[in-house]
Amino acid sequence: MDADSLLLSLELASGSGQGLSPDRRASLLTSLLLVKRDYRYSRVLFWGRILGLVADYYIAQGLDEDQLAPRKTLYSLNCMEWSLLPPATEEMITQTSVVKGRFMGDPSHEYEYTELQKMNEGDKVYEEEIVIRIKEETRLVSIIDQIDKAVAIIPRGALFKSPFGPTHVNRTFEGLTLSEAKKLSSYFHFREPIELKNKTLLEKADLDPSLDFMDSLEHDIPKGSWSIQMERGNALVVLRSLLWPGLTFYHAPGTKNCGYIYVGTGEKNMDLPFML
Amino acid sequence: MADPPSDPEQPPQQGSPPEPFTTPPEAPLQAEPETPRSQEMLAAQGWPQGAGLGQYEEPPGGLAYQPYLDENLMLEQLQQGQGSLFQQLESAFQDGQPDPLAQYHAYQREEQPFQPYGGAQHGPYMRDDPSLQFSPSELGFMSYDMEVSEPEPRELAVQNAKAYLLQTSISCDLSLYEHLVNMLTKILNQRPEDPLSILESLNRTTQLEWFHPKLDSLRDDPEMQPTYEMAEKQKTLFIKGGGVEGEQEMEEEVADTAVPNIMESAFYFEQGGVGLSSDESFRLFLALKQLVEQQPIHTCRFWGKVLGLRRSYLVAEVEFREGEEEVEEEEVEELMEGADLTTEAHGEEEGGEEDEEKAADVLPKLQWRPPPVIPREESRSGANKYLYFVCNEPGRPWARLPHVTPAQIVQARKIKKFLTGFLDAPVVSYPPFPGNEANYLRAQIARISAATHISPLGFYQFNEEEGDEEEEGGAGRDSFEENPDFEGLPVFELVDSMANWVHHMQHILPQGRCTWVNPLQKKEEEEELGEEEEKGDEGMEEAEQEIGPPLLTPLSEDAEIMHMSPWTARLSCSLCPQYSVAIVRSNLWPGAYAFAMGKKFENLYIGWGHKYSPDNFNPMLPPPIQQEYPSGLEIMEMSDPTVEEEQALKAAQEQALAAAEEEEEDEEEDEDEDPDD
Repeated sequence: MDADSLLLSLELASGSGQGLSPDRRASLLTSLLLVKRDYRYSRVLFWGRILGLVADYYIAQGLDEDQLAPRKTLYSLNCMEWSLLPPATEEMITQTSVVKGRFMGDPSHEYEYTELQKMNEGDKVYEEEIVIRIKEETRLVSIIDQIDKAVAIIPRGALFKSPFGPTHVNRTFEGLTLSEAKKLSSYFHFREPIELKNKTLLEKADLDPSLDFMDSLEHDIPKGSWSIQMERGNALVVLRSLLWPGLTFYHAPGTKNCGYIYVGTGEKNMDLPFML
Repeated sequence: MADPPSDPEQPPQQGSPPEPFTTPPEAPLQAEPETPRSQEMLAAQGWPQGAGLGQYEEPPGGLAYQPYLDENLMLEQLQQGQGSLFQQLESAFQDGQPDPLAQYHAYQREEQPFQPYGGAQHGPYMRDDPSLQFSPSELGFMSYDMEVSEPEPRELAVQNAKAYLLQTSISCDLSLYEHLVNMLTKILNQRPEDPLSILESLNRTTQLEWFHPKLDSLRDDPEMQPTYEMAEKQKTLFIKGGGVEGEQEMEEEVADTAVPNIMESAFYFEQGGVGLSSDESFRLFLALKQLVEQQPIHTCRFWGKVLGLRRSYLVAEVEFREGEEEVEEEEVEELMEGADLTTEAHGEEEGGEEDEEKAADVLPKLQWRPPPVIPREESRSGANKYLYFVCNEPGRPWARLPHVTPAQIVQARKIKKFLTGFLDAPVVSYPPFPGNEANYLRAQIARISAATHISPLGFYQFNEEEGDEEEEGGAGRDSFEENPDFEGLPVFELVDSMANWVHHMQHILPQGRCTWVNPLQKKEEEEELGEEEEKGDEGMEEAEQEIGPPLLTPLSEDAEIMHMSPWTARLSCSLCPQYSVAIVRSNLWPGAYAFAMGKKFENLYIGWGHKYSPDNFNPMLPPPIQQEYPSGLEIMEMSDPTVEEEQALKAAQEQALAAAEEEEEDEEEDEDEDPDD
C-alpha cells in the first residue's frame, strides 16, 4: 500500500483482522517519509509484516519512476530504523527453500541444515554430513521476493506503459467498476509478464498494449487460489491469496484506492490443493 | 452593413494547411485604422459563424458571405457549446472598445443564419503569412498594414487556425478543436502532475466521456444495486426499536444488557494490531444487539471472524437463559432419533430379506460391525458448553450452528478444508466428513476454543462446592466461576511467563469429547455404573480411558511444536510500557489472540480456521483391501499353477504313462515268450 495513503489503506485492509497498532502506524508515517527522502524514491510502499516468534519484521519497498523495475526492499524491527535488504538472487531462493518453519524474528539467526554430500577421496566414496548455515536475512529476502512474484497484484488500468518503455502510474485511473471488480481478469500480477507471450495472436489482438502488459490472475495455478469477496456491504472488494495466506488486496470500486498488504508468517500454503 | 463583393482572387479553400501566422495582411484595412480593430472584434464575435474554413473577412464593410454547405450544424453546436469559451477568447482580444462591439454583437447574432461563413475575402490561409506575397497590390497594403496594426495580423492568423481546427471529424460530430478544448479544460481544472506523460490516456478518457455521458439522474445505476441493498439492511441496524422515546427506555438500556462491550475489546485488541476496523466493530456491536433482542440470551460474546472463500463468518458465542434451549434441543434430538429409527427399520427389512434368501442360498454373514457411535455431549457441557450463532455480515440474519458431535471433531482433525461461506455447502473430503459446512465450522470452532481460550491466572477459580479431586477421577472439574478477589496481574508478568495464563475451556480428548465415555458399554449400564467402575472395565473392553489435562492448566504445560513455543506473548507497545496491554498470540492456531490488562481480558480469533502444522498435510490413505472371505476348509485360496509348472506336470505325467506302457509291453513280451517254451 502506498505510504501516502497509509491510514486509509490500513482501514480498508482491516477485514483480514491483522493490521497495525496505533503506535506502529504513527512511527510508519514518519519513518517512511524520511526513507523516501533519504533514498530518493518516487514512491514508497508499505509491504507488510512478517510475524516471527520473537519479533516481527516490518517491510517497506521503494519504487523509482519505472514501476516495473526491481524494487528495493527495506526491513525494520521497530518501524523507525530501516535497513536495506540485498536483492534476491536465484541462488538465494534455492538455498533457502530447504528451511521450513516460522521466522524467528532475529535477522542474525542462522538456520542449520545438514546435508549429505558425497565426497571423493581417491578411490573412496563416502558421504559426509555438511551443516549449511543460512541466515535469516537471506531467508527473508527470498520469501519477500517469492511473495512479490507470486501474489503481488494491481488492478487493470492502474499502471500504463508509455511507448518509450517505462511504466507509469495512471493518474486518470478512476477505479474498476463494480462488475469488473468481481472478475479475476481485471487484476494483474505486479511483475514482469511471464505468460503474456504465450497468448495466441487472437487474444493479443484484443489487448490494449498500453494497459494490458502484465499477466492477469485468471490463469493462476492452482485454479481457485484467490478468494474474491465484497466487504462493507459491497463497497469494498477484497482479494485474499490462498497460496500465501496473509496477503490481502483491497480496492474500493469507483475510487482510486487500492493496494495490498501481507501480514502473515511468511510460509507458503503447500496444502492448498487439498484444501480447495 | 453592406457586404463587400467577394474577391475573385481569393477563392475559398477548404482545409488549407495552416501556416505560421505572423502579421496577416489586411488589404482594405489600412484606410481606417480604427475600424480594422473593430473588424477584428467583429471577426472574433463572428467566429460562431465562421466555422469550417479559416478565412477572415477583412473589408470594413462587414462580413463576406460565402455559401458553405454543412455549416448550420456546426453553427448550432458551437453556439451552444462554445459560447463561454469564446467569451474568454474575446476578452483576450478586446482592446477596450466595448461600445462598437455591442452593436456588432447584436448584428452578428441576427445575421448568423444568413452568414454562416465568416470570411471569404481572403483566399487560402497561407495568404495570412506576410512572407508569402501573392499580389503586388497587396504587398503595398501589407507593408502599410504592418506598420499600422501589428498585433492584429497575429490574431487574425489565430482565428484562421481556429477555424481550421473547428472542422468536424468524418466519423463523428466532434471536431478536433472541441476535443482539444475539452482535454485542455480537463487538464487545467485537474492540474495533474506531469501531464505530458499521461497525455495519451487523457486523450482517450476525454473522448470516452464525450461519447458516454453519465446516466440520467432519474435512472438508478444497476451496478450499484447490491451495494444499496446492503446499505439499506445495515441502516435498519442503526434505527432504534420503535416505541416512545422517554425515560423508561433510557433506564432499560442503561441496565445490564447481555451485549458485551465490543468497542472496548476492539480498542484493546487494536493496541496489539489485531481486529477489525472501528466502524466495522461498531456495526458488529449493533448486530449483536439485534441478536440479543431476537433470542433469549443470557450471555453473549464476540468469538471472532472466520474467513471463507466467498464470504466470511462472524461468530458469536452465546449462552441461552436457563430452560430456553431445551425446546430446540428436543427437536434436534427427535430428528436424530428419527434418522436412527429409519436406519434400524431398514436394517430389519434387510434382515427379513436375508432370511428369505437363506432358505434358498446361504449368504455369508456380515462380520463387520460399524464402530459404536460415541454420544455427543449434553448442551451446556464440554464442547457444547456454548451455543454459536454466525452471520456473514452485520445486517444479515444470524444463523444458529448445531451442536458438535465427537465424530465430527474426530473427522475434522483429519481433514483440512477451506470454508466457502455458505452454511449448507457440502464438505467433500476423504475421510468423508459427517455433515455439511455448518458442522465443519462448528467443529473447528470447538477445537479452536478448546485450544486457545485462555485467561490470566487467578481470574477463574474452581467452585468450592465441588468434591475432592479423587472422586472425580480422570474427568476433572468442569465448572468454575469468576474470582471476585482477582486483582489483575501486572502486564510484565503476563508477558514474561506463560505460567500466568490458564486454559479455561476443556481440552478435547482424542475421542472427540471433553469427558470420556466408554463406547463399548451399553447405555443402560452406563447410567448405573459410576465413574469408578468405568475405570474398572477398562481391561475387559480394551478401551483405554483418555485423560486430558484438567481445566485451568497453565499454558506452560502446552506441548511444543517442533521446539517452538506454542504461544508468543508481547507487550503491545514497547515505547510506552506503562500503558501497554499484554497480547498473546497462538502459534498453533494462527489467528487466535488474547489480551489482558488489569482485570480485563478477552479472546478473539480472526483467521481461516486451520491449525498450523510445520509438516505438509498428508491425507489419510484409503484402508487396505478387505478379505472377501475367510480362509477355511471349504474355501481356500491358492495360487494358480504357472505355465512352467503345468508343463512340468504334463511332462511328468507323460513320462509316467510311458514308463507304465513300457512295463506292460515288457510284461506282454514276457508272456509271449513263455508259450514258446
